[in-house]
Amino acid sequence: MFTKDRWLLPEGIEEILPAEARRFESMRRRILDLFSSWGYELVMPPLIEYLESLLTGVGKDMDLQTFKLTDQLTGRMMGVRPDMTPQAARIDTHYLKRNTPVRLCYLGSVLRTRPDEFAGSREPLQLGAELFGHAGPESDAEVLSLMIATLELSGIEDTHIDLGHVGVFRGLAAQAKLDAEQEIELFDALQRKARSQAESLLSDYGATAKAKEMLLALLDLSGEAEVLDQARRLFKTAPKTVHDALDNLQSVSTLVGRQLPEVGLYFDLAELSGYHYYTGTVFSAFVPGHGRAIAKGGRYDGIGKSFGRDRAATGFGADLRQLLKFSKRQEKEIFGILAPHEDDAQLRQEIARLRARGERVVSQLPGDKAGAADLGCDRKLARKGDRWVVEKIK
Amino acid sequence: MSTVLNIALSKGRILEEGLPLLARAGLVPTEDPLKSRRLILDTNLPDVKLTVIRAADVPTYVQFGAADLGIAGKDVLMEYEGDGLYELMDLNIARCRLMVAEPKKLAESDDPQNWTRLRIATKYVKTTQRHFAAKGIQTDVIKLYGSMELAPLVGLSDRIVDLVSTGQTLKANGLVEVEHIADISAWLVANKASMKIKRKALKALIDRLAQAVGQASPRQG
Repeated sequence: MFTKDRWLLPEGIEEILPAEARRFESMRRRILDLFSSWGYELVMPPLIEYLESLLTGVGKDMDLQTFKLTDQLTGRMMGVRPDMTPQAARIDTHYLKRNTPVRLCYLGSVLRTRPDEFAGSREPLQLGAELFGHAGPESDAEVLSLMIATLELSGIEDTHIDLGHVGVFRGLAAQAKLDAEQEIELFDALQRKARSQAESLLSDYGATAKAKEMLLALLDLSGEAEVLDQARRLFKTAPKTVHDALDNLQSVSTLVGRQLPEVGLYFDLAELSGYHYYTGTVFSAFVPGHGRAIAKGGRYDGIGKSFGRDRAATGFGADLRQLLKFSKRQEKEIFGILAPHEDDAQLRQEIARLRARGERVVSQLPGDKAGAADLGCDRKLARKGDRWVVEKIK
Repeated sequence: MSTVLNIALSKGRILEEGLPLLARAGLVPTEDPLKSRRLILDTNLPDVKLTVIRAADVPTYVQFGAADLGIAGKDVLMEYEGDGLYELMDLNIARCRLMVAEPKKLAESDDPQNWTRLRIATKYVKTTQRHFAAKGIQTDVIKLYGSMELAPLVGLSDRIVDLVSTGQTLKANGLVEVEHIADISAWLVANKASMKIKRKALKALIDRLAQAVGQASPRQG
């Protein structure tokens, strides 16, 4: 590396400079306040820990995405967290040990070996809220409503909220007697809505005509609320788990609709990203022009099993960097008061008083040539008689 | 939010065979894209625009929402590793095959059953590695951007993986096809968010395209 490019940062790693940092911080505080006002307790899991606990349950897809190193003290492998969800689950099952529902939230940096998309960040600022210990649709509805509230607060407009349920696909796959590998292959084709590929896969697997027809119908089951009725008609003879899943989905959307009647909810029974660890209703938020969900979540019961306690769980997560990128919210510009460099007790008192009131006061340094504008100040402290007063700068 | 729809088309054969297909679906560019130098073209429909770009760029444009729909070869899609795309339907145009080929002389004594490690020149690095890895064969891949047929002649590689349509170029360079990897044709792809947010407008267009292709409509909901 030459002196000329010594300032370069690794790909997908970025610095947040003052103007942007202010937006970030103000958004971070607002979101954490929102979570707190819904009763979600903030936790701060460690940046790094043993690999085994990072890669259990929800984290098992994250192996290749995790930066790893050897712990010099124990010789064991450690990983930098690629996702904070498993950490929150561990805190719930292992430390809190409450038998009542627990609401946790978190916000912090996670590290990924590869960005999720071209020119994406490898260091997302993950935020999330998780509700442990309640299995009913009410908790899914609460988490989804909180996700919608978070997006609204972040100034994200034109969001499209999609709901699905992994139980529908799982039940139909079981009916078609697919093995685990076939299930993944077919799932992948459905995710891309590649109908002809799904058709030929199902023929190869020797699925019955009925099972095949139902699985392919998933491709068309996207749209507004009538999708659920269509699904009930089409899947009339499907296993009971499929109908339970549809009922559950209906309850969640009804509950959310009651709380947020102005929000349009859509359904897509074939859109199930992360279905390897989700166990129930899943939801994601899309914005125009961006192919990936900007916030998503769902139910992932049983995650605590690997930490010794089986708990119901539902939650959502998003990347604060993404939210800011799509945010339409304008931050108020902030200004300040310039204080001259003078050894004067009264001046020091006045500065302290103004700062205590929440004003931003910048003290000049001796020989400081910076003007008020350079320091972001629109007013200054000036001596008037025997007092210091704040004056507008023309 | 505007409901202007952008369609990205690959230059070359897909453009030539795609235009008549679009025309049958009722979509005609106001300028001839084969002659025009403009990159974004208006069409007879005021809210539909065509963008003509390099084949390999089509999935990127569509995934990032620079285009709502795209027409790209299956070869390009197989090589692309993004996941923000729907592959809606096979348009049945620009058909060809992705093949392994080698010099005729080598083929005379070669038995694909005995392949263990191959030196292959290709534009399709990931597809080639995936194909052979699935068969338990290790590959050393040399990435080239064109004229793959040259590689075995000058000793760059033993074999090539490339698109073959008539087989004339292979023949002229003393190569023969030895293994079939995939049938290739142009596919209609869509941006996931557009499919959700501009559903009504897109569905109408996709249905017309499906009719033009002469297959059952994919009924997007």
